[in-house]
Amino acid sequence: MTTTVAAPAITAKERPGDRVFSTLTVVASSLILAVLAAVAIFLVAQSMPAFVAESDDFKGDATNFWSYVGPLVFGTVWSAALAMIFAVPLAIGVALFITHFAPRRIAQGLGYVVDLLAAVPSVVFGLWGIGVLAPALQPYYANLTEWFGWFPLFAGPVSGTGRTILTVAIVLAVMVLPIITAISREVFLQTPRLHEEAALALGATRWEMIRMAVLPFGRPGVISGAMLGLGRALGETMAVAMVLSPATIISFALVQSQNPTTIAANIALNFPEAHDVGVNILIATGLILFVITLGVNSIARYIVGRRKAFSGAN
Amino acid sequence: MTMTTTKAPATAMPNALTSGKLPKYSPLWLLAGAFALSIAIFAVVDAAGGEAFNWAGMAVLAVVLFCVLIWLISRLVEGGRKATDRLVTALVSSAFAIALVPLISVTYTVIVKGVARFDLSFFTESMRNVVGAGGGALHAIVGTLLITGMATLISVPIGLLTAIYLVEYGRGRLARGVTFFVDVMTGIPSIVAGLFAFALFALLFDDPGIRFGFGGAVALSVLMIPVVVRSSEEMLKLVPNELREAALALGVPKYLTVLKVVLPTSIAGIITGVMISIARVIGETAPLLIIAGFTASMNYNLFAERMMTLPVFVYNQYASQGTDAQAYLDRAWTGALTLILIVALLNIIARLVAKFLAPKGLR
Repeated sequence: MTTTVAAPAITAKERPGDRVFSTLTVVASSLILAVLAAVAIFLVAQSMPAFVAESDDFKGDATNFWSYVGPLVFGTVWSAALAMIFAVPLAIGVALFITHFAPRRIAQGLGYVVDLLAAVPSVVFGLWGIGVLAPALQPYYANLTEWFGWFPLFAGPVSGTGRTILTVAIVLAVMVLPIITAISREVFLQTPRLHEEAALALGATRWEMIRMAVLPFGRPGVISGAMLGLGRALGETMAVAMVLSPATIISFALVQSQNPTTIAANIALNFPEAHDVGVNILIATGLILFVITLGVNSIARYIVGRRKAFSGAN
Repeated sequence: MTMTTTKAPATAMPNALTSGKLPKYSPLWLLAGAFALSIAIFAVVDAAGGEAFNWAGMAVLAVVLFCVLIWLISRLVEGGRKATDRLVTALVSSAFAIALVPLISVTYTVIVKGVARFDLSFFTESMRNVVGAGGGALHAIVGTLLITGMATLISVPIGLLTAIYLVEYGRGRLARGVTFFVDVMTGIPSIVAGLFAFALFALLFDDPGIRFGFGGAVALSVLMIPVVVRSSEEMLKLVPNELREAALALGVPKYLTVLKVVLPTSIAGIITGVMISIARVIGETAPLLIIAGFTASMNYNLFAERMMTLPVFVYNQYASQGTDAQAYLDRAWTGALTLILIVALLNIIARLVAKFLAPKGLR
């Protein structure tokens, strides 16, 4: 008569400390979600009056909110896109140099040097852009309009101060360069060693190896890094507010003294003096900026997340 | 006899490993040559035109010359594929050099222009009743320290607990949601964080023109929390699972395992991450411009009145220059230098902490 006695299930003693601690962590995590929700809710609540504002509440000759925010959205996207044109190829080059061309021993130090750029506060970049970069570039802008003025982008009359959207784009490019570089560097380093060695063993030169093994592998990472940089460039405030000589126009011209300004810079410049519904209008433009950057960042995160799930390279 | 006869053809035959290749250091010589040629051209042209020597133009011409020359020579000697490789190497290296230009230029300018007012009165006086030269940034430095300190007090507990939740407890939808939204939060533009703090407190206190330091701390926390979560999470993940299992197997409650085993093991990395996140938000201007406002006087109270901060001081000195513009510009640059020094100091401390607090035997 052997009966197998079911072993009594052992349950750990519930300790109050465990309860308290795990609850604390859950509360903190939920708080983050609550903060994000609060950001959205309060921005929406405060911007409601702007959507129904009368035409004389707006600065300039805008008649309703959408005609007010239109040029600002254009300026934001246009300056960020220009910055990307400079920053992405440069960042890919720098990341490749650090990962595959520089001597191994100093590569890490070089990476740190580029990261230093991220440590410079944006207001310092603003000072530098207006005090050093703009005057230095102005003569070249003059040449540009003189020689290529027939091309719409470089149409004259040239700005006398150099405080143009092209200067802003260069400053923005410098500011987002470390982000794109850091992420590209990470993914380039994750390229499977065997892919690289196989390419080299088949007689590929270093560039052919990079083109065949490193770049295809790193493409999603580079794209998401560029998107994150784009998000940063869209929301950058002080450098634009200080460097640009703004106007409420939609214009593709790069080197004129009348430049489309960005949402963030417009808020920073006008907020200290704003009152009544003017405040609500500025907050509403901030809401638009929030939505744009949220979209860009979500896409970037989605690309990163998808890649992590299927590549096994993490 | 036989030795010499076998050796003679060996020396006559080209070495198969190096034949058809450029000598090892030829790119460097070529680069030096390109620079020499470019300097010569620009010296002659600028001297003829009576202008100052154009360093930027010279460097650009030299690099372009080098790229063309190395491609041509390599193509003649080594063939097309190798030539492309050399050209790309040249381009990628110059990309790195280009990236260094703004860094060097910013550092140089800030130091040279910043030392003008880098004196005792800058650190001991405020701007109260100062018009023109003189005055200092004490009020701004105090404000920056108070607001950033408060932001740290808010962000570190929340960020650290969230990171612990994600690594030690989090499973399922809440964890996935938190991970995603922390990433989303990293992308909030700083000015939107400022607008959020303003909207929040303007509604709470029913004051449409509200400006005070604590609001700035809240705005900075919104920017700082995701950074703290990210870096702490990475550090907690580095703690080997064997340590946790050993503690749990000895009967240690889970919360004590976390507090006494996991956290002490990763504390160096966590402090480093916090330092770097402070360094990131201490330079933020836009949110403080909106919610903390600007003033010329001292203010030690976070909960009332406007409060000046260093980045806003820099912006304000630049934006509203008085009649003696140079005095305002000097103060702006010195403020920028102070800001950069603080950020650099925080980064250095972070690295030292990482080095000296790291658990023995892990590296």
